[in-house]
Amino acid sequence: MCSVCGCGEGEVRIEGDTAHGRGDGHGGAAPHAHTHHHPSIRHDGLHHWGEGPAGAHAPGLEQTRMVRIEQDILAENAAHASANRRYLEHRGLLALNVVSSPGSGKTTLLARTITDLSRTSDGDGLRFAVIEGDQQTTHDAERIRATGAAAIQINTGKGCHLDAHMVGHALESLAPADGDVVLIENVGNLVCPAAFDLGEAHKVVVLSVTEGDDKPLKYPDMFHVSDLMLLAKTDLLPYVDFDVERCLANARRVNPRIKMLAVSAKTGEGLPGWYAWLRATRAQVLAGREPTPAPAERS
Amino acid sequence: MRLVVHEMALSASLLRVIEDSAAREGFRAVRTVWLEIGALAAVEPEALRFGFEVLSRGTVADGATLRIVDVGASAWCEACARTVTVSARFDACPLCGTDALRPTGGREIRVRELEVT
Repeated sequence: MCSVCGCGEGEVRIEGDTAHGRGDGHGGAAPHAHTHHHPSIRHDGLHHWGEGPAGAHAPGLEQTRMVRIEQDILAENAAHASANRRYLEHRGLLALNVVSSPGSGKTTLLARTITDLSRTSDGDGLRFAVIEGDQQTTHDAERIRATGAAAIQINTGKGCHLDAHMVGHALESLAPADGDVVLIENVGNLVCPAAFDLGEAHKVVVLSVTEGDDKPLKYPDMFHVSDLMLLAKTDLLPYVDFDVERCLANARRVNPRIKMLAVSAKTGEGLPGWYAWLRATRAQVLAGREPTPAPAERS
Repeated sequence: MRLVVHEMALSASLLRVIEDSAAREGFRAVRTVWLEIGALAAVEPEALRFGFEVLSRGTVADGATLRIVDVGASAWCEACARTVTVSARFDACPLCGTDALRPTGGREIRVRELEVT
């Protein structure tokens, strides 16, 4: 059991891990192979403490005492996220954590974005590195690689979200060049990924018009933690009962500062606005970059 | 099912905090765990109890009682220029009725105290 994500050991797989070579077994085990996350304390403790479970003692015969803890149980993920953030900021890497329910069109939108912005002739010549999170399959990473961008697939097994620990190791393997744009496509799920900071600059929530304009109220946490909402599949608006203004009003109720851009990866409608946001956000990251890159602090 | 998986992850982190504490403080068994959960933490207490019960078997926290302390959420109201207490993400200000509140607290999932032997 991984103490960070709670998934079963060995269930998380990282595919496309070129740093370790494919199929050697190391890539798959990497996120969980480090002893600092599975301290021997646990196993020693098990041996020591297992012989006297609390229930076996007669009540009143032993003193109990109080131990003050005051510790947030997401602190470990937060520490990994901070390490990721330092690494990304020092290298001028804009990282976006793209979240949505399954089937919102995240991968299609990202593939089109990469294709449009990585062109050197009429595009921006941007380079992208992509981390794909899904419970199973490498389909999405393959779709991204077809655009020419580097991609790594993380299979979370039974896990319902990516955590900062997995992303840290994926970044090591992906080894993006300074100034690249790192797109992290989270597991399709509007609930849990909201609670796990990955070290990204911004969370971008994708909501497709086929899902309903009340989603921001039904899943308020996700819309609260996102800085940008991409309203996707707007080419389908004539066929569905979706009120764009009401959707924005609902999103603003849970997050007064959220921005919304309506896009269609199919027709290209609205994409210039999204690309402008991406360029401006990247410019901010590059401007805030420290002059002397520090080494990645990851043990 | 998703929620259960999510709370399982949180249960594992909770157990880790307890085991780290056991290694530091040298106690043998945990009787009671007081856990503060903020109103905006997106945690289902019953799923968390289930996850904790399953994962703690055979550990220092085997059989421990999990006492969940609900912690209210706070938010800043621009219109009133003060902190108000809310119970959900999109509550309006209880004083002036404005919608645009900025949550300032209530997302925490914090182990407050352990009763140990």
